Amino acid sequence: MTAGIEDTAEDAYETAPCGHLSTSMDGTIIKVNRTLLDWLGLTRDAVVGRLRFTDLLTVGGKLYHETHFAPLLRMQGEVGGIALELTRDGGARMPILVSSVVRYDDAGEPLLVRTTIFDAHIRRAYEEELLRERQAADLARQQAETDRARLQDALAVLQQSLLPATIPDVPGVTTAAYYHTASPDELGGDFYDIFAIDGDRWAFFLGDVCGKGPDAAAVTSVARYTLRAAAMHNPAAALGTLNAVLHERYASGDLRYCTAVFGTLRSDLDTGRVAVRFASGGHPPPLLIRANGSSDFLLSEDGTLIGILPSSQFPQTDVVLDPGDMLLLYTDGLTEARVNRARDFYGPEALQTLASRHAGTSPTALVEALSDVLAGFGPRLADDTALLVLGAPARPHNGL
Amino acid sequence: MDILRRNNVAVTGDPDGPTVVLAHGFGCDQNMWRLTVPALARDHRVVLFDYVGSGRSALSAFDEPRYSTLDGYADDVVDVCDALDLHEAVFVGHSVSAMIGVLAARKVPERIGALVMVVPSPCYVDDGEYHGGFSAEDIDELLSSLESNYLGWSAAMAPAIMGTPDLPELGEELTNSFCATDPAMARVFARTTFLSDSRADLAAVRVPTLILESTEDVIAPREVGAYVQAHVKGSTLVTLDSTGHCPHLSAPDATNRAITDFLATLR
Repeated sequence: MTAGIEDTAEDAYETAPCGHLSTSMDGTIIKVNRTLLDWLGLTRDAVVGRLRFTDLLTVGGKLYHETHFAPLLRMQGEVGGIALELTRDGGARMPILVSSVVRYDDAGEPLLVRTTIFDAHIRRAYEEELLRERQAADLARQQAETDRARLQDALAVLQQSLLPATIPDVPGVTTAAYYHTASPDELGGDFYDIFAIDGDRWAFFLGDVCGKGPDAAAVTSVARYTLRAAAMHNPAAALGTLNAVLHERYASGDLRYCTAVFGTLRSDLDTGRVAVRFASGGHPPPLLIRANGSSDFLLSEDGTLIGILPSSQFPQTDVVLDPGDMLLLYTDGLTEARVNRARDFYGPEALQTLASRHAGTSPTALVEALSDVLAGFGPRLADDTALLVLGAPARPHNGL
Repeated sequence: MDILRRNNVAVTGDPDGPTVVLAHGFGCDQNMWRLTVPALARDHRVVLFDYVGSGRSALSAFDEPRYSTLDGYADDVVDVCDALDLHEAVFVGHSVSAMIGVLAARKVPERIGALVMVVPSPCYVDDGEYHGGFSAEDIDELLSSLESNYLGWSAAMAPAIMGTPDLPELGEELTNSFCATDPAMARVFARTTFLSDSRADLAAVRVPTLILESTEDVIAPREVGAYVQAHVKGSTLVTLDSTGHCPHLSAPDATNRAITDFLATLR
């Protein structure tokens, strides 16, 4: 079928499906094919020897040619796939892709430049679509970042509302507290408080609601107000009340529970001692740090998780802080923080070692040391952490 | 950050010769001087660098507010001069760098002793009687030309360029890489360059100055070359037999001769 059909180099050049042109080294057009003349709407006589390649381009294209295209061509001897626009007779523009190569003479001197031009209007429309999509995506991303910042602000305010604004001064007792937020995108479920019950009695609590997010925060809010209201009773009864409230409220559907330590303080300003009575519902044991450097976890006959069973018992423990002694309450965010990639926990032993090293200092010093430890975990700290330290102030030796 | 690393400073030529600093303009990088360096290196110590945001500079040092004025680029020149403790150096600036050199010479007069302005323009946009050659719309069009070409370049070029700061020779193999850089930074440089107006700074030049222009150059037409000469006291204007905005590439011999002749008069 194909026998007898011939093509000529001449015709292949003139009617190629792309524009061809050759220029001298100063840019003057010395040869051009018919396809390109048709695109330009110009005659050969109006172009050859009369126009430079840059005369065919838009002003922006001329600038781009002078600052990028021409230097690259000089340095590399060729340039490929540059997007420009032709100005056609009558002012219309035509998106093109341009590739050029320098032809050298036998002595290696540049002789002329050969340029091939492809019609790129379909490709350009596609690219513009991509560009628009990218701009839209950028806008959406900015909006999302703004929304996220606003959400984080709202969460931070909510989180603060679940914690005391300041810790009150308790006569004869030194205190310090710290709350570490693991993620600004999520409400944590840890809580603590310290407040006066009557003239010389004070109450404190620290706890941890299972889970995170708005549901956990709602339980935190309930726990906080229930414990405050029940503080008139002894610690065991206060936790019993919270247990009953949570169980009644959540037992039928979404099971919600928490762990907590609730206690009362009575300081004796004459002796400098502080009597502590507390009860625990499934919470990690408080750490007693004596001024002399010894320390013990106060393992009580532990009560169950709060809110699981209709009636639970929460045994009480009594301990007396002598001057210089401290009692540390914490949530498991601290002891279950991963200290390394091997996923080992920070653990009670490490906590005890660090706390003993700060024996005889002050609750503030101990909280600072622990918050440094928490900060050191960085993103490995997955859970929020609350710390509360109560101390009997050390007394000057000459007072004895 | 180390300035020599930040600005990808290269020092070559005769270490005991007078110092010449070669500064590239908007578009490409210090490779633009490849045909100039051999002619100068015989008798001169030649300093090459890339502005932050161009070539193989440390892109992490790019600070948009700083590089949104020519003053910020002039500070790059000052930093490089300070880092090398230059005295009385000859500053050769291509295109917008010619004006950056004027600003730098005013900041550190003891460090810059003479200027060579290769196809300078103190203002690209027309303003009343003054013909810079472009309208503000033309400049917008250039910015969009940049945008459409970086579509392909940014993805293909950025990793190759940014990942190999210690292997400059690798760049030689990368097509088009001399002129490729982070599109956002190129855009800032383009805007700063083409919207700048440094006409008022020309009168402050106090050092011997050579101005080079091409016979035909859309970016710096001869009218602008004459304007620069008229406003820089005692300057010399040489019109090179070359077309286009890069005479140091298109007519390297004539360009080199003009520069070396000028350098000889400074001795």
